[in-house]
Amino acid sequence: MEHAPPAATAAAIPPFERFYAAHAPEVYRLLARRLGAQAAEDAFQETFLRALRAYPALRHGDHLRAWALTIASRVAVDALRRPVAGALPDPDDLPGELVALDEEPAYRQVAHLTAGLPPTERAAVVLRYAYDLSYDAIGLALGSSPDAARQATSAGVRRLRRSAAPKENA
Amino acid sequence: MTHAAPSLALDLLPPGLDERFRERAAADGLLDAAWAVADSPLGPLLLAATGRGLAWVGFEAPRAGSGPVADASPDEQLERVAEWLGRRLLRVPRLLDPAQRELAAYFEGRLHAFAVTVDLAGSPAFQRAVLEELRSVPYGVTATYGDLAARIGKPKAARAVGGALNRNPVAIVVPCHRIVGAHGALTGYAGGLERKRALLELEGALLA
Repeated sequence: MEHAPPAATAAAIPPFERFYAAHAPEVYRLLARRLGAQAAEDAFQETFLRALRAYPALRHGDHLRAWALTIASRVAVDALRRPVAGALPDPDDLPGELVALDEEPAYRQVAHLTAGLPPTERAAVVLRYAYDLSYDAIGLALGSSPDAARQATSAGVRRLRRSAAPKENA
Repeated sequence: MTHAAPSLALDLLPPGLDERFRERAAADGLLDAAWAVADSPLGPLLLAATGRGLAWVGFEAPRAGSGPVADASPDEQLERVAEWLGRRLLRVPRLLDPAQRELAAYFEGRLHAFAVTVDLAGSPAFQRAVLEELRSVPYGVTATYGDLAARIGKPKAARAVGGALNRNPVAIVVPCHRIVGAHGALTGYAGGLERKRALLELEGALLA
């Protein structure tokens, strides 16, 4: 007892099992809200794998809930950023693949990421990536030609690339 | 059969997600140990294995009477396992299946020598020497603290041997129950004297 650390009120670090069981449901709910149910499962595993790697470095057991939710938030941000941070595929090269990888979450990613685009470009990018429409169909939806639809999509993607680039190391 | 500690919170996750995470954590080598609870005639046993072998077999609590053991939460014992092996513990019953099968066969009287690999790396050198020597005391045979002290070349260390046995992390498999007092008296046992008697009776080392 005489060797008790000064911060005697700091909570002890529980076995990981107890930490995990206490926070898993809330972490899952947060991830499901942000990423959709399917992507949330991968993100859930990633969150607790990161927590496991960091666990030996913890100095006390205070604020473990906030710690868990912070890791989950970072994982969610990474998951949302991933398609842009690497390179948003050129619409001519990878038609529809973004959508095929991850159905509903991909739509949400596109919708979230395209929020800053001018309306026509945004509509073109969302229709192309989220709904996998052909340029013919996009042109019809926008009341323009297939070429104009292609140009609007490309312009939107270029604009997204420029706005995404500085965030890569954020 | 190892039984799962029920957790409503974890049952609220999508089906299979909890198990997948546990298996992934173990496969990625991120655990200090995997643990599980196994039923036994002497009450629930908490088992834990590191990547090197079985490192913990412990009774939930010393049993006072002959009545059923209370459905004790393994939390308290898990704390002790964490102090011994490290805090990164997750329940992964599959990894304890080999040890659990051998223990079940032992309690049925079908198995007399455990083949499962034991990890005593968490023990200090003296204790490890005692426990490793102890593993050569065969089924159904008892030895005294003094015998064991002599066998590790420290004939005057009977008392220290007793201390080392009292903190044996791998009960039953490392058979500290086979060590008795100088005149055959049942002396201390971390799991309770009644369990020590029951184990020796099972092995035919004592008349029932």
